[in-house]
Amino acid sequence: MTTDGVAYERRSAAPVVAPTRPRKLAKVPFVELAEGRLQGVVSSGSDIERVYVSSVTAGEHGLSCNTNNNRPCGGLSGGSWACKHIQALVAEAELQYGTERVARYLKAEVADGGSVMSALRTTSAPNRAAEVFSSFLRHLAYLELPASTDPLPELQWFPAAGAVR
Amino acid sequence: MVPRGRGGALMLADALHAAPDGLAETFTLVEGLDDALTHGLARLDEERAGALEDLAAAFSGSPLADRVADSVGKILAGTVTDEHLIALAGARAALLGAAHDALLISVDTALGRTRAGWTAVPAAADAGHLLAGSRSWLRELAIAGWRGVDHELAAAAAQSVQALLADPAQRRLAVLLDGFAGELRAAAPVATLDRVPVRRWADLWTRGLLLSQDGYPASGAVPVTGRLLLLGVDLHEHPTVFQAQAHALVETGDEVRLVRTSVAAAKVDTITGPSAWRMLAGFPIFRLMAAGHRTVDVEDALLTPAGDLIWDESRATPGEAADPFTTARVRLAGATLPAVAPLDRHPAAVATPVLLEGYAASEAGFDIGGGVVLAVDHDRVPAAGPLTPAIVDASHACLGLLRWDGRWSVQPLAVQAIVKKKQVTAHVGEWANGPAEAKAAKAEAVAGTAVDVLRERAGRLLRK
Ligand SMILES: [Zn+2]
Repeated sequence: MTTDGVAYERRSAAPVVAPTRPRKLAKVPFVELAEGRLQGVVSSGSDIERVYVSSVTAGEHGLSCNTNNNRPCGGLSGGSWACKHIQALVAEAELQYGTERVARYLKAEVADGGSVMSALRTTSAPNRAAEVFSSFLRHLAYLELPASTDPLPELQWFPAAGAVR
Repeated sequence: MVPRGRGGALMLADALHAAPDGLAETFTLVEGLDDALTHGLARLDEERAGALEDLAAAFSGSPLADRVADSVGKILAGTVTDEHLIALAGARAALLGAAHDALLISVDTALGRTRAGWTAVPAAADAGHLLAGSRSWLRELAIAGWRGVDHELAAAAAQSVQALLADPAQRRLAVLLDGFAGELRAAAPVATLDRVPVRRWADLWTRGLLLSQDGYPASGAVPVTGRLLLLGVDLHEHPTVFQAQAHALVETGDEVRLVRTSVAAAKVDTITGPSAWRMLAGFPIFRLMAAGHRTVDVEDALLTPAGDLIWDESRATPGEAADPFTTARVRLAGATLPAVAPLDRHPAAVATPVLLEGYAASEAGFDIGGGVVLAVDHDRVPAAGPLTPAIVDASHACLGLLRWDGRWSVQPLAVQAIVKKKQVTAHVGEWANGPAEAKAAKAEAVAGTAVDVLRERAGRLLRK
């Protein structure tokens, strides 16, 4: 019997998404690569009721940052210099997904050992706070779903993540 | 269990070595269809059209003959409807079902095991409109092909998934579609991807389409009363689900049956590793069984003909601890194996508990004799438990699941090993109540705060 591996294309359990790396969530509770953007939610340093909704578009690197009440972020002030929320978002995304995956998604040319932030061209982009915030609420809603004891045979295709090695 | 006698081990070695008749031809047909799905049914060139015609020809004389031939004809002529697609999905499931049966029979025979026959069950209640949304997304995917999936198409399942998640009766389809869509989102635009998981995505698409049909069979569960003896715990996960599935024996009077029993919770991607067990806090008896190998007395718990014991804490009473290795040595060989639900017959769903002993372990796998080195599935050694590839490679006894994914391998659920001249035993489910090992416990405590942070945010923002 051969012990050679089976081709990736012919494996039912071929891994597609690399396991998420654990990170602290207090500052940036939510990060996702979705709808052609790196987007997420950044806690306000001063007001526990307030969060900032920040995003960077893939390709153009268009920046957007607003509060959950849809006020523009003063740090970004309509310009193309990343505010501290966007900087935190990008840094936490690199922790969570690894620099390479974030760079590939944003189409950013990161030098060896460099950070994604320094490779962004940055321009301003339309306000996406409403979409991103509802995505965050959908994300949180998973924690409210009841547990299930019914058979889920398709989970044989989804083994629990191995350690990030 | 692999009989420790030389003869039994060699029979298993032979079964794992020999490919069943017709397996290669079956997979050629499957791969023809998978290739068409990769490039999209809207763009079939002559070669791919030929592969679909071969598929139709292979079904001639079978009950599916007319439907498959008609659907392939229509698709080649440029019409792709739900009706045509379900015929393709049915054909693919039938081929893989046949491959599954051949593989399973060879292993059951080598292990000398008896498997129960299938009992027909009635159809479940229909979910009508919910399933239409899912079918429509799966149709768009098939037309575009994996190569044609962009951000927009990958994200288009979101509404259907949310609606399905809201209905507990549709959790199975919701969990599948959410996992599948998540992979497509992560991989989009797929056209720029170096390698496409062709078999995997065709599997998930097929399963999704089958589950999206009205009249899917119900579980057909009946109550049983008896004692559960744990063999091992397998863990499953994608970004929004975590499941612990115990493989166990249930003693009911004179009969011993092999069963699975599972608890699953929704989660988010940032909750992973050992802290994912926190999402299963509502199942203390299950966790006690997993962490402490306690037996559990169940009273009138529902058991499906496919061998799924529906976990119910209110019908479970924990008993004494029982060593899973002893359970496997003494009881596994005589246990009746469950039937496989007809629509769940697929090689990737094979997960047969075995006890392997007296092999020579190396990085290549376990040399079980007869010239056979059984591969160890290191990808299925989860971060949420104490097993590591190093302990597995130093092991001399392994309680695991025999799996087939292009070849046979063993997924370890527990091992006994000699590490630094000391005998160690490690079980995947051992960390159900938190890691025992200090470094892992500290990491779990830090990661576990993720759950608290998100719950706090949910409390503040969701109920506004
Ligand atoms: Zn900002």
